[in-house]
Amino acid sequence: MNTVVASNKDRDLAAIRSLIQKHKRWDAMFGILGIVCLMVGVLTLIALFADMISTGGQRLSWEFFTNFPSRRAGQAGILAAWVGSTLVMVVTAATAIPLGVAAGVYLEEYAPKNWVTDLIEINVTNLAGVPSIVYGLLGLGIFVYTFGLGHSILTAGLTLALLILPVVIVATREAIRAIPQMVREGAYACGATTWQTVRDHIVPYSSAGILTGVIIGLARAIGETAPLIVVGAVTFIAFLPPASGTGEPAAGVFDWLFADFTVLPIQMFNWTSRPDANFHANAAAAGLVLVLMTLAMNGLAIWLRYRMRKNIKW
Amino acid sequence: MDNVMLREGGVVMGASTSDRLKKKRLRNLRESFIESLLFLAAFVSVVTTVGIVYILVSESLNFFAEVPLVDFLTDTQWTPLFADAHFGIMVLISGTLTSAGVALAVALPLGTIIAIYLSEFATFSVREAAKPVLELLGGVPTIVFGYFALIVVTPALQKIFPSLPGFNILSAGLVMGVMIIPYVASLAEDAMRAVPMSLREGSYAMGATRLQTALRVVLPAAISGVASAYVLAISRAVGETMILTVAAGSQPLLTFNPADSAMTLASYIAGVSMGDLPHDSIGYKTIFAAGLTLMLMTLALNIFGHWLRKRYREVY
Amino acid sequence: MSKVATPEKIKAEVKDLNFHYSAFHALKSVNFPVYEKKVTALIGPSGCGKSTLLRSFNRMHDLYPGNRYEGEIRLHPDNTNLLASDVDPIEVRMRISMVFQKPNPFPKSIYENVAYGLRVRGENSRALLDEKVEQALRGASLWDEVKDRLNDLGANLSGGQQQRLCIARALATDPEIILFDEPTSALDPIATANIEELVTELKDKVTILIVTHNMQQAARVSDYTAYMYLGELIEFGVTDQMFVKPQKKQTEDYITGRFG
Repeated sequence: MNTVVASNKDRDLAAIRSLIQKHKRWDAMFGILGIVCLMVGVLTLIALFADMISTGGQRLSWEFFTNFPSRRAGQAGILAAWVGSTLVMVVTAATAIPLGVAAGVYLEEYAPKNWVTDLIEINVTNLAGVPSIVYGLLGLGIFVYTFGLGHSILTAGLTLALLILPVVIVATREAIRAIPQMVREGAYACGATTWQTVRDHIVPYSSAGILTGVIIGLARAIGETAPLIVVGAVTFIAFLPPASGTGEPAAGVFDWLFADFTVLPIQMFNWTSRPDANFHANAAAAGLVLVLMTLAMNGLAIWLRYRMRKNIKW
Repeated sequence: MDNVMLREGGVVMGASTSDRLKKKRLRNLRESFIESLLFLAAFVSVVTTVGIVYILVSESLNFFAEVPLVDFLTDTQWTPLFADAHFGIMVLISGTLTSAGVALAVALPLGTIIAIYLSEFATFSVREAAKPVLELLGGVPTIVFGYFALIVVTPALQKIFPSLPGFNILSAGLVMGVMIIPYVASLAEDAMRAVPMSLREGSYAMGATRLQTALRVVLPAAISGVASAYVLAISRAVGETMILTVAAGSQPLLTFNPADSAMTLASYIAGVSMGDLPHDSIGYKTIFAAGLTLMLMTLALNIFGHWLRKRYREVY
Repeated sequence: MSKVATPEKIKAEVKDLNFHYSAFHALKSVNFPVYEKKVTALIGPSGCGKSTLLRSFNRMHDLYPGNRYEGEIRLHPDNTNLLASDVDPIEVRMRISMVFQKPNPFPKSIYENVAYGLRVRGENSRALLDEKVEQALRGASLWDEVKDRLNDLGANLSGGQQQRLCIARALATDPEIILFDEPTSALDPIATANIEELVTELKDKVTILIVTHNMQQAARVSDYTAYMYLGELIEFGVTDQMFVKPQKKQTEDYITGRFG
């Protein structure tokens, strides 16, 4: 009797073991599948870099950065493009940072629980999902024609500022939310007003998180192409925006805001879409500059976040 | 001093108290002024939405004053700038859906597998290494992906399919899919990591393997977050512009064949904008009509996503 | 310890068990027997290692890196060392079920919650699943309450019902041992009484190990009790004797509430 039970048990165990072996094979196969899928992403990145370096690497000379575009591929450069990108980013940052941080602070520290606040929150969420080209249409219809700002650096900067506003707002809110309530209570207990608490405690303590969000937002803006095509960026431009005080008559302090412009991604787009393969080397070189810039910005943001996670202990 | 403080706001007592009152009033004024400023900054998001809706709807109304809605919806050609102008939006919608379909066929499965792998299988060090790589992949500007699709992927695909045209949806869609992988992977992973450890322990304690636990317990528990990730991925695929403008060509074909060249709503807008569009020309109005269509598609997706989240909110 | 004279059959034996969480020595040379179809309670102040000991029985510690076992837990009749590195933890968990501190039903229907262990074993025959699910739910005295809503989410049940659902889940696979890790600590007194009654009923069918911080509970439900302190097993014995006449001063202090 006992032996029968034991052998039953043994058979059960054998069955269980073979079942487990089968299941573990599935586990192992999925592990491999996961690595393979990850590799698709990694290899794409590697292939992308390898191609851009081999095609465009030799174009990266000093002249490439100091020349205007040209009909001859070998002489064309990205001077107008990187200056344009820089100036557009200045406008975008100058608009999006104060607006985004203020909005984030309002929603976290001031906003009462009512339908207006709900409306604002729903809008922030939904705007983050609006395709970037639609922002281009907004810029074209409102900034270019309704406000009459023209196809200018100002229009481009404002359009991109609206585009990254949700990113800045969300980052600001998350950074503020990480501040424990006791900090606020401490400030209020000292007799501080809401604004004093925000100015002296909330914003300074959340600045690293806000900065991370701002950098990620700007990294996105600097690579944006579609909305700027729609608001009328020029693809071939052989002059720089007027520096204030130069030229005849002397340019005003803000004249550059209303100048025609191009930006790096649009320059790259222009070179990519030419049939002449010589220009593809230029496109690759411009792409390399662009990718390195965005990667550097994203890397900086990742590093900042990493440091923050390590250093801040409440 | 203390006395004065106590009576502040109560009985007015002498000059120093009225000074304090004045200060207090000033302070309150400043506080509410600042609050109003901050509110206005927050309200910009509402103004932006209103601006988008206003400009899309008003220019589209101008468009529909010239083109009947029925033609817009039923015509099978889209040639707005030709002498024989046709305005069949289905042409652009077909290109949009086909390219998004190719992209999602890549991004959803790969993104989900990567999410499951990172959340349930990978060691700490693999995860820490993979996350920044994914973030960098997601940070590459789309124009660079467009270049990659046209200059690298299309020639490679042509070696396999010699009949593939130089501009095609397939190449653009595949690259777009890889671009979207990080969005799906990171959002879905966040959702799965938020599943409490006690559920996993419950499953492991029943003798489940990692894969069984991941597929039968963790994934269902995180379904609402995963669905959100999918909805975001779909709306990115539908709204993506540059990869298609560069690599899928500018032939407005009513097609669902990925091997064709085609235009999408977004790539039409970008393509036409590059030419000089006079304000108030029919071409100018078409881009807003296309934009409105795109916006309605994204809106529908967002509402669907919202409904999904409500329907399958986290139950743990 | 060895003096406990009983004719009972031994289901499992803990032999010289040491356990380390990275640098922390959590269990120190623990030895005791687990008797078949009896309830053995593990008691002691928090942090004494009773849950760690319990979770060694189904190798839950293998889920987290940096954990190390030394010694043996022998499971009879086949005399398998559950802790041996060539024994798959999954195999151990298929033989030994567990009920957790907080009810943790899966985000599935009541039916699928109970059927989970069988599904994991690749069982898909509807008839067999139906039968086993009903049997397990009856075993957990939950059948009458849920038989009309087997497709409802498990999470929609009350706390006590959820815990009984988890017990049904553990029962459905006919385990050799069920581990209870403070199963009533998240429940109200009535639900607690139900679970306790259930545990006493279950011991006719299955060997039970229960961790509890509640000494009255240990006294009410268990046949044997092991008292632990700072990772060491201080005393093991028949519950009635131990609560009336503990051998060690430390045990007496704890049981009489003078400390812990």
